[in-house]
Amino acid sequence: MTWDTAPVVTGLGVVAPTGIGVERHWESVLKGRSGIAPLERFDPADYPLRLAGQVPDFTPRDSVPGRLLQQTDRGTHMGLVAAAAALDDAGIDPADVPEFELAVVTAASSGGTEFGQHEMERLYQNGPGWVGAYQSIAWFYAATTGQISIRHGMRGPSGVLCQEQAGGLDTFGQARRLLRGGSRVVVAGGTDASLCPYGVVAQLSTRALSTATDPDSAYRPFAPDACGYVPGEGGAMLVVERSDAAAARGARTYGRVLGHAAGFDPAPVLDRPPALASTIERALADAGVAPGAVGAVFADAMGVPAADAAEAAALRAVFGPGAVPVTAPKTLTGRLYGGGSSLDVATAVLALHHQVVPHTAGLDRPDPRHGVDLVVGGPRPAALDVVVVLARGHGGFTSALVLGRGDTALDLP
Amino acid sequence: MSLSVARFTLDDLTAVLHSDTGFDNAEAVTAANADRPFDELGYDSLAVLEFVSQLRRHHGVHIPDEALSEIPTPLSAVDYVNRLLVERAPNAEV
Repeated sequence: MTWDTAPVVTGLGVVAPTGIGVERHWESVLKGRSGIAPLERFDPADYPLRLAGQVPDFTPRDSVPGRLLQQTDRGTHMGLVAAAAALDDAGIDPADVPEFELAVVTAASSGGTEFGQHEMERLYQNGPGWVGAYQSIAWFYAATTGQISIRHGMRGPSGVLCQEQAGGLDTFGQARRLLRGGSRVVVAGGTDASLCPYGVVAQLSTRALSTATDPDSAYRPFAPDACGYVPGEGGAMLVVERSDAAAARGARTYGRVLGHAAGFDPAPVLDRPPALASTIERALADAGVAPGAVGAVFADAMGVPAADAAEAAALRAVFGPGAVPVTAPKTLTGRLYGGGSSLDVATAVLALHHQVVPHTAGLDRPDPRHGVDLVVGGPRPAALDVVVVLARGHGGFTSALVLGRGDTALDLP
Repeated sequence: MSLSVARFTLDDLTAVLHSDTGFDNAEAVTAANADRPFDELGYDSLAVLEFVSQLRRHHGVHIPDEALSEIPTPLSAVDYVNRLLVERAPNAEV
């Protein structure tokens, strides 16, 4: 893969606890404005969870037609809004592109949980005849992909990837594969929204959630007293485009997809190292980029001490101790699962575009034992040509994405 | 003998159908287009299933899955429901 032929990111659509819209999100990131607050989607009194990253002022009825709103889950509403925003941001009218060259690949970690819970309540309170027919398509993982495809007439090879938090990065690996094979434009990313009792109970089963009550200190990855992560809702959709097509129409490019690799952790009983270090190395090799050329790493940043230590060990092994700036702007949103790693990609290409590494808000300094140069205190201006985004999904999913600067042609080191 | 059987009208059908089934560009069903197939009007198979499910909830009328092929249009659905109502009327008298 050469720099010039790598697929380019030409459009961003964000629906996240940091705000709706790219500008609002990026401003929140730079100012360290957190979207973590007391959970208000339902009364959590009976559950150990108190805080969540919730999308403020999300009113999908303004942009999603009424019947479609009734027939789809909140996560799909967010996906529809984000995808429309991304296409608009890219300046693409799908009607102008052959329909089979337009594809949709989204990540989903839970499907339409809130919709499904509502229908299950009708089942056990009233009986099977009360379960709506739209349950059959609203709950399921590919719902958001399907509805975006239908809404915009994007009939190319589409799909959904379900690898919890890692899935969002894998959609960009899949997008790249499709762009090599005849697709011209791919909407890639994800939006998860499972802040309902059913969704929260499922998430609590991982025992990785923060049950803290102070929004300012509830999610502090790499801190000496890290206490788990806060869950959230939302995510991002991005337009990824074949570089020649983008160049031909004079499109603005935020960044480019240089390399990707996915891995899976060995079973714990095997006593073998986790897949993260080798996955990063394979992604860099795929991109043809040396570790020293990487200007920043957007970490998975689980906030669980053992997981933070494992990620830090992988970073030290690949890049050397403290050798690369590391950041986790997701402390402003909580972990958004498939939507979270997608949002990280949006934030990472904005960092490349604006030549600044956003900081990890809410942390004074990381645990020195991690040997990680965590960017804290405020954004750090930097000459960024290449950044790496990491994600790990519950159960062993591991993914690394290598992104390059969009607005210049460079010779890869 | 039954004095009267409740009639199911096209208005009853549209009240159920127009709630949240079909696509947002679906046509409102009227006497003028009620003989056109559901899918042409913007109601796919899922919308018809939801319509059947709501009929059962709100009118107590059960159209079995295997009978869906007999109601390709709103008009045929009205006729089908009225046949069901007539069939069960004598039992209602007992």
